[in-house]
Amino acid sequence: MSTLSERILGAGAGSYVDRAVDRAYVHDGTGLLARAAWTEIGSGVFTDPDRRYLIFDHIVPANTSTTADLHREMREFAALTGMHFFEIGEGVCHQVMAEGRALPGEVIVGADSHSCTLGAFGAFATGVGATDMAGIWVTGGTWFRVPETTGIFLEGALSGAAAAKDVALAYVAALGMDGATYRTLEFVGEGAASLSMADRLTLCNMAVETGAKAGIFHADGVTRAYLAGFGVEAAVQVPEAGTYPDEIEIDLGDVVPLLALPPRVDAVCPVAEKEGLPVDQVFLGTCTGGRYEDLEAFAATVRGKQVAVRTIVVPASRAVLARAVATGVFAALVEAGCAVATPGCGPCLGAHLGVLGEGEVCLSTANRNFKNRMGVGGEIYLASPRTAAATALVGAVTSPEEFL
Amino acid sequence: MRGSGHAVCLGRDIDTDLIIAGRHLRTRDRSVWAAHALEDRDPALAGRLAGAVIMAGGNFGCGSSREQAAVALRDAGVVAVAAPSFARIFFRNAVNIGLPVLECEIPCRDGDQVTFDLEEGWIETGGTRRPVGPLSPRMRAILAAGGLVPFLCGERR
Repeated sequence: MSTLSERILGAGAGSYVDRAVDRAYVHDGTGLLARAAWTEIGSGVFTDPDRRYLIFDHIVPANTSTTADLHREMREFAALTGMHFFEIGEGVCHQVMAEGRALPGEVIVGADSHSCTLGAFGAFATGVGATDMAGIWVTGGTWFRVPETTGIFLEGALSGAAAAKDVALAYVAALGMDGATYRTLEFVGEGAASLSMADRLTLCNMAVETGAKAGIFHADGVTRAYLAGFGVEAAVQVPEAGTYPDEIEIDLGDVVPLLALPPRVDAVCPVAEKEGLPVDQVFLGTCTGGRYEDLEAFAATVRGKQVAVRTIVVPASRAVLARAVATGVFAALVEAGCAVATPGCGPCLGAHLGVLGEGEVCLSTANRNFKNRMGVGGEIYLASPRTAAATALVGAVTSPEEFL
Repeated sequence: MRGSGHAVCLGRDIDTDLIIAGRHLRTRDRSVWAAHALEDRDPALAGRLAGAVIMAGGNFGCGSSREQAAVALRDAGVVAVAAPSFARIFFRNAVNIGLPVLECEIPCRDGDQVTFDLEEGWIETGGTRRPVGPLSPRMRAILAAGGLVPFLCGERR
């Protein structure tokens, strides 16, 4: 049996291959160093600009004059190279790419660790650093070690207040922070087929939190229908029969709302165990938990009520925001007392739009809770949008089961 | 390629936020990264990194793809990083900027002298010599050139 990674990269696990990169993208954080390395290489060659993307998401709009200057330099660089450019407010790079710019079977590389998100489409998608990206710009490709694969069998269907984010926390807890280092997580089984694209994106997004190089679903009818909505036609991928040397099983029906405790993403417990823990801030957003479905789930809980603690909502993209406005989800969030900021990464990386003070606690729908990440001395608990909504209404950690 | 330095021992799961915090990333002054290297782990560490071989636990460099993490260590004078396992993006970044990374299991005490040889594939400290996980021929060539930028410049010539 060949894994999907082996089929896409065209060689067996453990071999080294040189591959053209079908799509490559950077953001305002990594783009700077990549541009510096590209300039240093000095060839002036920029391959395939029509399949290269610069997406502003990390600090948008600029928070200081220095950031503004650096943004300007990158805008000029985008114009010089002819690559696609996405201004402030277009959204988190992974979400912008997920809106019709990632296809089954493609090799996609992003200069951001969460580029594994796009494996949700049956693409081999992984993150690299800035200098690797500069090399891709010049040569059009890069080398890969074809990864071994851990199969994640999903059975059953989500029930109650559990969400894809809870499944993600469940597999991260099962594997640990380095349980899949250098490997691909391949999500298979009836449960996988039952998940929406939004759910699949959330599951693939957190693969890197186990050390994995990629997280991947086979493209199926759900993938095709989603991409058709963006005017893109896509083929399906049929899993090969056989078993994975390494595999874990998760029955979606057994998953309950979960919480990752600071400062480890694999320190996970049921939300119920921390019920009542006071929080200072709730953050709904990011490439993990800022999609339309996440905003909708949050709004369904808070509609007609008032949040009891400061709550920051950052839609993952302009398209997400526009849809939320059109359906009334946005109004429900604003009327419930949420503060809404420009689509992008928001406060996830601790640069702006909701940095924590010393000793403050944030419940966040993001993917990382490392020490000091959102501010020196701040603590981050990770959970689903539904848990975030219940917690926002009470001002303390609260299970969403109480609001079903 | 042989090198040596004094051991700076760290635990496991040292993430890139600990190596260089997000609040220091946006700057034109690259010396800022070295000055704040490992600050959130222990502010005293930055002063001990010149000439050091970092001897870490597993999963070194997990988290963000920020290449500033590898650059911060290199520019602070770190000679090499040794660990039983690395997060893969950090590992690639380190090789790409010319910072040797050594996959190995070896007991070590803080401050001890550490010697390694990349070509011969070993690391030695406290009288113990252990093998180092082999790099691919491509990675060895990139590291020998001093990083991906000089490697690509050389390929073009």
